[in-house]
Amino acid sequence: MEHLDQPYKYAVHHSEEEGKKTRRMIWNMFFVLLTITTIEVTLGIMWKDFGINWHFVKLTFIVMTIAKAYFIVAYYMHLKHEKSALQNTIILPYTLLALYLAYMVLTEGVFVDYINHLF
Amino acid sequence: MSHTEVIDTKNAWAGDNNSPFGASYGKLMMWFFLVSDALSFTGFLAAYGFYRHNFASIWPTAENVFTHFPFIEGHHPLIYVALMTFILIMSSVTMVLAVEAGHRMDKKAVTKWMLFTILGGLIFVGSQAWEWYHFIHGTELGAFQLGIGTYTLPDGTIEQTQGIIGRWADESKQVLLLPWKESSEATANYLSLTGQELANAIAKGQEIHGANLHHNEYGHPLFADFFFFITGFHGTHVFSGVVLNFIIFVNVIMGTYQKRGHYEMVEKVGLYWHFVDLVWVFVFTFFYLI
Repeated sequence: MEHLDQPYKYAVHHSEEEGKKTRRMIWNMFFVLLTITTIEVTLGIMWKDFGINWHFVKLTFIVMTIAKAYFIVAYYMHLKHEKSALQNTIILPYTLLALYLAYMVLTEGVFVDYINHLF
Repeated sequence: MSHTEVIDTKNAWAGDNNSPFGASYGKLMMWFFLVSDALSFTGFLAAYGFYRHNFASIWPTAENVFTHFPFIEGHHPLIYVALMTFILIMSSVTMVLAVEAGHRMDKKAVTKWMLFTILGGLIFVGSQAWEWYHFIHGTELGAFQLGIGTYTLPDGTIEQTQGIIGRWADESKQVLLLPWKESSEATANYLSLTGQELANAIAKGQEIHGANLHHNEYGHPLFADFFFFITGFHGTHVFSGVVLNFIIFVNVIMGTYQKRGHYEMVEKVGLYWHFVDLVWVFVFTFFYLI
């Protein structure tokens, strides 16, 4: 075992008190995720019985998915409590490239749809 | 030369143990890897979305494909996938509880929660294998894939039939239902083939059961290709996550991190494990729900 001259400063430690708070947050988040998933599945099976528009259902799914992703990344992956430099380094490149990809696929999709209707 | 600092190799490469991100090298690299991996999955799902809409009329709906539940007979759309999703979320919870216990240097609790996480991961991978098995084997009734030919829609347009998957109306196989594209509706209406028309079609096409990379009983073959590719790629991630978790689990039991004075290694594999859960959240939505 290598001995370090200075204690390793990026390791996180917390007390029993703080641990209790963190655990409460973890379980609260679990119930949030569980609720969203339950709503999604119910909607997925029953949306025809509710008589709502499919595009609305689709949009609801996407919004709920992004909400779930936010909760997992922010709380379980702890990104919310990292330095803003780290947050931006992770979120910005991903968002930009994902939006660019979505833009390219949509552009191509519109073109292919146009071609399909021509022939 | 009064300002010269003594820089040994360790300090030089560790930046004097300072990071503008307030995070260690290992954790940062795990984050960067996750960003690139997230982009791969974004690419797969975007490609899936493209073909899904391109072949909207003959694209199967997941709730008509994944209708099985272990040990229970009957039609249970999406229920088992929902359970798998729940298991993966649950294992994410036990993972973050292991990380929390690590912050308190509670070796016993870390061991317990890591074990639950590994078990959750194994159940998930097993469930995926089970689902693949059912998808590959398909239904007893099967479906019929049309060969080269044409059929006329009620509005007069003539459609090519090659590769179109028709479903039998019932077990007597006297009526074949063909999907008929209806603008942007998610639920397609059917066109039925009977009698001589059906006999002609049967002469040119073939019966298929289940799915592989070339045929898909439930609809367009690309659905099967994307299903195998995306859930397979995700399943590989889950599997490697389980392996990583197991290695860390053994280290926890051996007291490696207790001696080291911190459990940051658990945090790093935790990030990977949460990412696997995160990807599944998206796969679940785009593959099974939409």
